[in-house]
Amino acid sequence: MPLRAKVASSVSRTAAALSRAAGRGDGSVIGGWIGLKIDPDLLAHLSAGRAIALVSGTNGKTTTTRLTTAAVGVLGRVATNSFGANMPTGHTSALAKAGSTPYAVLEVDEHYLAQVLEATEPHVVALLNLSRDQLDRAKEVAMMAQLWRAALVRHPDVRVVANADDPLVVWAATPPADPAQGHFPPHVTWFSAGQRWQDDSWVCPECGSAIQRSGEQWWCSGCPLRRPQPQWTVEDDGVLDPTGAWHKVQLQLPGRVNLGNAATALAVAAEFGVRPVDAVSRLGAVSSVAGRYAQVDRDGRNIRLLLAKNPASWLEAFDMADLAPTLLSINARDPDGLDTSWLFDVDFAPLRGRQVLITGDRAYDLAVRLDVNGVPFQHVRSFDEAIRAVPPGRLEVIANYTAFQDIRAELDRVN
Amino acid sequence: MSTESLRIVWIYPDLLSTYGDRGNMLILARRAQLRGMPVEVLEVRSDQRLPATADIYLIGGGEDGPQALGAQRLMADGGLHRAVAQGSVVFGVCAGYQLLGTSFFAKGTRCAGLELLDIASDRGPTRAVGELAGEVDARLGIPYLTGFENHGGRTHLGPGVSPLARVTAGVGNDGATEGAWRGKLLGTYSHGPALARNPALADLLLRWATGIHQLPALDDTWAERLRSERRAAVAAAVRA
Repeated sequence: MPLRAKVASSVSRTAAALSRAAGRGDGSVIGGWIGLKIDPDLLAHLSAGRAIALVSGTNGKTTTTRLTTAAVGVLGRVATNSFGANMPTGHTSALAKAGSTPYAVLEVDEHYLAQVLEATEPHVVALLNLSRDQLDRAKEVAMMAQLWRAALVRHPDVRVVANADDPLVVWAATPPADPAQGHFPPHVTWFSAGQRWQDDSWVCPECGSAIQRSGEQWWCSGCPLRRPQPQWTVEDDGVLDPTGAWHKVQLQLPGRVNLGNAATALAVAAEFGVRPVDAVSRLGAVSSVAGRYAQVDRDGRNIRLLLAKNPASWLEAFDMADLAPTLLSINARDPDGLDTSWLFDVDFAPLRGRQVLITGDRAYDLAVRLDVNGVPFQHVRSFDEAIRAVPPGRLEVIANYTAFQDIRAELDRVN
Repeated sequence: MSTESLRIVWIYPDLLSTYGDRGNMLILARRAQLRGMPVEVLEVRSDQRLPATADIYLIGGGEDGPQALGAQRLMADGGLHRAVAQGSVVFGVCAGYQLLGTSFFAKGTRCAGLELLDIASDRGPTRAVGELAGEVDARLGIPYLTGFENHGGRTHLGPGVSPLARVTAGVGNDGATEGAWRGKLLGTYSHGPALARNPALADLLLRWATGIHQLPALDDTWAERLRSERRAAVAAAVRA
């Protein structure tokens, strides 16, 4: 590593440690920010010599990164941005902190995938899904698929592990080959992780015709785009690998969506030569991911935290939650997106029959939504009030990003 | 009403539904049902014929490509024009508002609109993103408009329409006026579930559709709290 990069890396680690010691956060962004100021190529320097996997998509990337890190760990030490700091500053900080490792698994914000592909020259990139998320700021969904596609054309040597169930992902992962121009088709391994949310992919990104669906199959009515045959699939409580072997997966993380994330993790790890049979028990050791799914006992209540940031992930959260009192908390601060319109894209009917409490900066938006949905609820002004309002036993908490962080802070930054 | 039940059609949710647009359909149906009206709700996809006999038609927001495609299909279908000629109510939001006009811009080109409203839209210098508020045309008899806007368009109103509101926060059509209406056709840049924050606007559409001028009052406690909170937030942002 060049001297400038060594200095930058060292300063970056120190700044992160200071930030943590001062209680100003987990230090995963500030360290990288300072490091990149000293050496703008620091991320590239820190990436050199490592076999890297990138994980990107609208939902599930933090959890899938965590599971993939566990699976690749079969081979040796793995650097990762385990705090969900998923932009280049976070990657820089994570790699600097980890020191020299043979492997790295990095979660990447979908907007930064092209930039991080360029800097880290990964061995494999996993593309999970694309759906509406903070549309007042984020690029619209079809535009994001276009950006991914353009980035992959520039990196034909990267192996791609992609979700066969999401038409936008499939289109992004299969850019047109033009060998005369030096554009070769990427090597793609397909997995099936299911797609509960389909409202962003009714129109073909290639030709604009309607996407048709039947069971798990989908196809465009106007062009050849259709669901590829996946090599990795979820079956019952396990994962079927490309050889046809089935591996039972006993996760501590709830919901079918996490079985899909496990299948993805095994597929990515396999690109490094990890055999699923060796990795599968490591997946079961993951109990929570940056506070997500964490369980905390307080005043006789067993509180479980579920993060839901956009319509697709709310549907998954309802699927994961037990039939128990449920607190919903909504903010609309910058990291959440300022627009709460998406509340009407979520059907809250699965909550009928549970005791529902609401809180957060934008509880009134949620109140109007639940009213229209015919879901009775009680508004509480604090987390403590919520705890007092429910009987002893399980309390499910489903919150969007900053609301989740607020509650996590109340529970002493539970991980 | 056209039949014994109130018929609400949501036009092309496969193309024009980006920001919780479903909310407007759900809210209208709920407010009608709470008053004992039988309601029939139809979601008509862009590969289906549009029935011309419904009472209320809703068109939501969307990206450029789907907006242009939606306008083409509606013109080819002709059902919406027949419905308007028969006195149906139309509520257009954002892209759905623009395409009711004579023309709009999508993917860098001028596209022909449905010519149901005397408005024409083009691209503005900046994207308008944020809270939108305005004082509504007094003839409509409803309180201030509150919403969230996210669009790159600017809309110019011809003599055949009236502005829905005078802008007090945000951009709307052009920073001065917001939305437009004529007869029983109404459009707004207050995007997505615009009726969630404006129950009186929902009731206006229901009055137009049913001809019932005195609808029984509903408990709008939460909507009123939301409106007050948003109004205070906009005022605080102006002071800051």
